Amino acid sequence: MLSLNSVSKTYADGTEALRDIRLDIEQGEIVALVGGSGCGKTTLMRLISGLDTASSGTIAVDGETIAAPHPAVGVVFQEPRLLPWLSVADNIAFGLHHLPKTERTTASEAALERVGLAGYGARWPRELSGGQQQRVSIARALVPKPKVLLLDEPFSALDAFTRASLHEHLLTLWEASRPTVVIVTHDVDEAIRLADRVIVMQPKPGRIFETVSVAAPRPRDPLGLPYEKAKRRVLHALDRSLQNEIKAKKPAPQGSEAALWW
Amino acid sequence: MSEQSLARDDENAALQAPRSSIMRKVLHYALAFALPVILALGWEYAVHAGWSNGRLMPPPSRILDAFADLAQSGELWTHIVATLIRVLAGFALGAVSGAVIGALSGVSDIARRTLDPSLQALRSVPSIAWVPLFLLWLGIFEASKIALIAVGVFFPVYLGVSGAIESIDRKLVEVGRVFRLTPFQMVTRILLPAILPATIIALRAGLGLGFMFVVAAEFMGASEGLGYLLVDGQQMGRPDRILAAIIAFAALGKICDGILVILTRPLLRWQDLVRSKL
Repeated sequence: MLSLNSVSKTYADGTEALRDIRLDIEQGEIVALVGGSGCGKTTLMRLISGLDTASSGTIAVDGETIAAPHPAVGVVFQEPRLLPWLSVADNIAFGLHHLPKTERTTASEAALERVGLAGYGARWPRELSGGQQQRVSIARALVPKPKVLLLDEPFSALDAFTRASLHEHLLTLWEASRPTVVIVTHDVDEAIRLADRVIVMQPKPGRIFETVSVAAPRPRDPLGLPYEKAKRRVLHALDRSLQNEIKAKKPAPQGSEAALWW
Repeated sequence: MSEQSLARDDENAALQAPRSSIMRKVLHYALAFALPVILALGWEYAVHAGWSNGRLMPPPSRILDAFADLAQSGELWTHIVATLIRVLAGFALGAVSGAVIGALSGVSDIARRTLDPSLQALRSVPSIAWVPLFLLWLGIFEASKIALIAVGVFFPVYLGVSGAIESIDRKLVEVGRVFRLTPFQMVTRILLPAILPATIIALRAGLGLGFMFVVAAEFMGASEGLGYLLVDGQQMGRPDRILAAIIAFAALGKICDGILVILTRPLLRWQDLVRSKL
């Protein structure tokens, strides 16, 4: 279980990025974080990945506190971030350095097959398309078998068709080892297609505004009623989360918070 | 599947490449040699026709004769070996110290703030200005010459390595952090491969400067070396020998650079070079 216990983050320049995030995610659950810009989604991902540390509160995976990058947490960034000097297979095996070479090879070959890139192992990352590179990046994160997989807007730079096929790849990979998945996205359809729970966040400071459970069974039919219902609820919540912000701003345009901001 | 058709296109391109690329290579070589060959033949003809006596600017045939003379007496090889040893020794010294100090000031902020301003100031000192000082300090034999060449090689390598470290992609370093690399692994698995291309370019620039500085070094009183051959040719009134030495310099420099490129090519196979596509 991934548990966030009153997590807050204030940056050195005084910006309050996250306030009091409380969230428990079951093992094997897929959770999507959506919200307007500046609501702290990426900050939250960096905290869970251990790349940044929370100002207060704790993050734990199965009771183990995350304060630095941890083997139980795998990360897929917005860009593939493959190492250009390593072959595709070596990139996938990057996190398996401690294993003997034969084990690394078998692991990366199996992973390549699972992401539909069998036979691409000897190529350079630059020879792959954007979607293929991102698949390699997902494989790299999953090969060390993390309990939690974090994806920070992983498909936002890809076209709609590639994105749809990557959703399927991701779900297939998830089926294989059932890690907990937290995915940040600004695409409501992506959130509902993938997630068991969609968490709508609210900006300044970043907070959880509302949680929408998606009951539809997988594979999800985007034209079905449960899908449509969930989508409406998420869109509605997003709308209100932003309206609240506008209302909150109006009465005190020159309030103390606004002054601090500059 | 669009991916498969893309892959097939790649293969087709790869199959067609050799034939056209050989033709293109021949054409490139022909273009590269056209200008010097035409100029040389033209000058040869002008001297033969009596338009010029070719005393100060000897025709190619006389330069070739000078070359042959020098080669037969064995002088040429003595000079080339002497120059080559100096350049290589100075290059090794300058490249290693440039890489180490460049790495230091690339990695550590304090080191950069302490070292970089002084080094940048020293960099603008003309090479010849060091000559009297090195002669006083190190004598007129090999040490002073090698030191001068090392100074020439040091700066481009220093600049290249420190700049490469500063401009490493932080996003790739973050990948290393996510996979919990130790500081040592971070250096060997991320930092070194990332700075390799810029470092090799810096080494090539350093080698080029090494050849420039070796002439300055050999002007300051050498009894052998291609630079000595230049001075000797001037004093004996032998422009053919001067030109032979200049051509030897050009060939030697090009060959050394080529060897460096070939030696380092396997390390840079991963780069997406425009050159490899031409």
